[in-house]
Amino acid sequence: MEHYIALAVKAIFVENLALSFFLGMCTFIAVSKKISTAIGLGISVMIVQAITVPANNLILNYLLAPGALSWAGFPDVDLTFLGLISYIGVIAALVQILEMVLDKYFPPLYNALGVFLPLITVNCAILGGSLFMVERGYDFGESVTYGLSSGFGWALAITAMAGVREKLKYSDIPDGLQGLGITFITAGLMAMAFMSFSGVKL
Amino acid sequence: MGLRNFFDRIEPNFEKGGRWERYFPIYEMVESFLYTPKTVTTVAPHARSYIDMKRIMTYVVIATVPCILMALYNTGLQTNLAIAEFGPSGWRAAIIGALGIGFNPANPLANMMHGLLYFLPIYITTLVAGGIFEVIFATVRKHEVNEGFLVSSMLYTLILPATTPLWQVALGIIFGVVIGKEVFGGTGKNFLNPALTGRAFLYFAYPAQMSGDSVWVPVDGYTGATALAVSAADGFQELAARGMTWWDSFLGFVPGSLGETSTLAALLGLIFLLATKIANYRMVVGCLGGMIGFTLLLNLIGSDTNPMFAMPWYWHLVLGGYAFGLAFMVTEPVSGAHTNMGRYIYGALIGVMVVMIRVINPAFPEGMMLAILFGNVFAPLIDHFVVQANIKRRAKRYV
Repeated sequence: MEHYIALAVKAIFVENLALSFFLGMCTFIAVSKKISTAIGLGISVMIVQAITVPANNLILNYLLAPGALSWAGFPDVDLTFLGLISYIGVIAALVQILEMVLDKYFPPLYNALGVFLPLITVNCAILGGSLFMVERGYDFGESVTYGLSSGFGWALAITAMAGVREKLKYSDIPDGLQGLGITFITAGLMAMAFMSFSGVKL
Repeated sequence: MGLRNFFDRIEPNFEKGGRWERYFPIYEMVESFLYTPKTVTTVAPHARSYIDMKRIMTYVVIATVPCILMALYNTGLQTNLAIAEFGPSGWRAAIIGALGIGFNPANPLANMMHGLLYFLPIYITTLVAGGIFEVIFATVRKHEVNEGFLVSSMLYTLILPATTPLWQVALGIIFGVVIGKEVFGGTGKNFLNPALTGRAFLYFAYPAQMSGDSVWVPVDGYTGATALAVSAADGFQELAARGMTWWDSFLGFVPGSLGETSTLAALLGLIFLLATKIANYRMVVGCLGGMIGFTLLLNLIGSDTNPMFAMPWYWHLVLGGYAFGLAFMVTEPVSGAHTNMGRYIYGALIGVMVVMIRVINPAFPEGMMLAILFGNVFAPLIDHFVVQANIKRRAKRYV
């Protein structure tokens, strides 16, 4: 249990996908204008992440890894070269399903997220999560923890970002920096504050 | 009233249509620094308060006076103590020698003088480098230069180590002023504390000189671990064995950054700020509560490998920059939370974070600065949730 808690804390704070790896920046910058929308998007990323990382873990261990197909009678087959495309396929399919569910049951959130929901498909944070899982050789339990907590870390970062941006509505930003420019600077300053966790060994 | 007449005479030049219209902010800065602003609201209704920005900022500067005095005395004391062992070096020692004051650590005047020779160059560099950028932005963007910069520059100077090279001092304050404050529109519009932003920039850009592992006594050949690094390595009991007592830390006679060694001086400043209602007591209560609560929890959990777990809260209070940060940075009204409930949470978040960084994160021995920046990032979010909770509660009351 302690192992999983350590992994979760690491994924949320120390290796925050948005603020220490700068993954998923397009949505992080674009959908952080309002706190409520940011929370919605954060939750959807968390859900997608929590499903895709374990799903990809299963695919890797039972279909792609060297010797993974021994259950079907092909012990010598190594399909890892298909890794990237299968992970993206899984992510795309899951986002489609999520989109239909949101459209049916949470129409306000669906409308608020707009085009960014399909864009979760190509959100680097999601694919990054799966690739980190492969790289670090997580087993199934670890992938569930990692998916959930890394998604939560990203959601936390985008919510904090939305909070700061709502506050910045009252500021007086030079013309050339309005919009994206100041958002990048804000993200950088936030990353500096998140550096307080860098170096934590768990 | 010769000065007043002088200002009245040159004022038309700076007003709309005047010859130096572009430079109005500079004129305004000098004039309002010397006199109270002439422009007052004339049309009702408006809230009246005896506190204006000028008074707030001036009070904060006054509140730092005990810390400045301690900075002068202690920096000189630590340097003279080290010189007694290693011998004098550098241009400051040459000046002291030329003045014939000597390096006796038991002589308060010698200590003050020596401290002044470290404090003044850093402070002047800060004022000049930061001030130039402040004025450039004010002139181009046509806003006023106000006393907020005096506060930022003073706090920034006090949290720097005496050994910081002057070019780093300049770089840090420029980063703090431009990226931390001016790109957001100047005083009151920033979301991070400008002084801390500059300090954190130096911290990450030049970690070799800035990390806080070894002490900052500006004498060649002197090395030693700071109190926090010692307790991280061997536990706080080891401090007594090395001759560092709690009272020394509380009064501030230990090596450290210029102005943050003395808990007593910081607390005097804090009491002044609380009495004048510039600092909000809720943040202080939250920050103390968070720190004490989390430390007690860690004491209870305990750890075999990490001696920092056993460090009691009254040591956390006096070591490093905790007291200084508590008095002058946690209570800063702009970058903190704005709702009353939010202020408790904001303070508690910082209190927990500072202990977390000190105890659990082996990379940084000191965490007050980063904890406050972290709190600043989450302050707007805390406010948002407090406001939402209020709305929900009231909606329930009036169905």
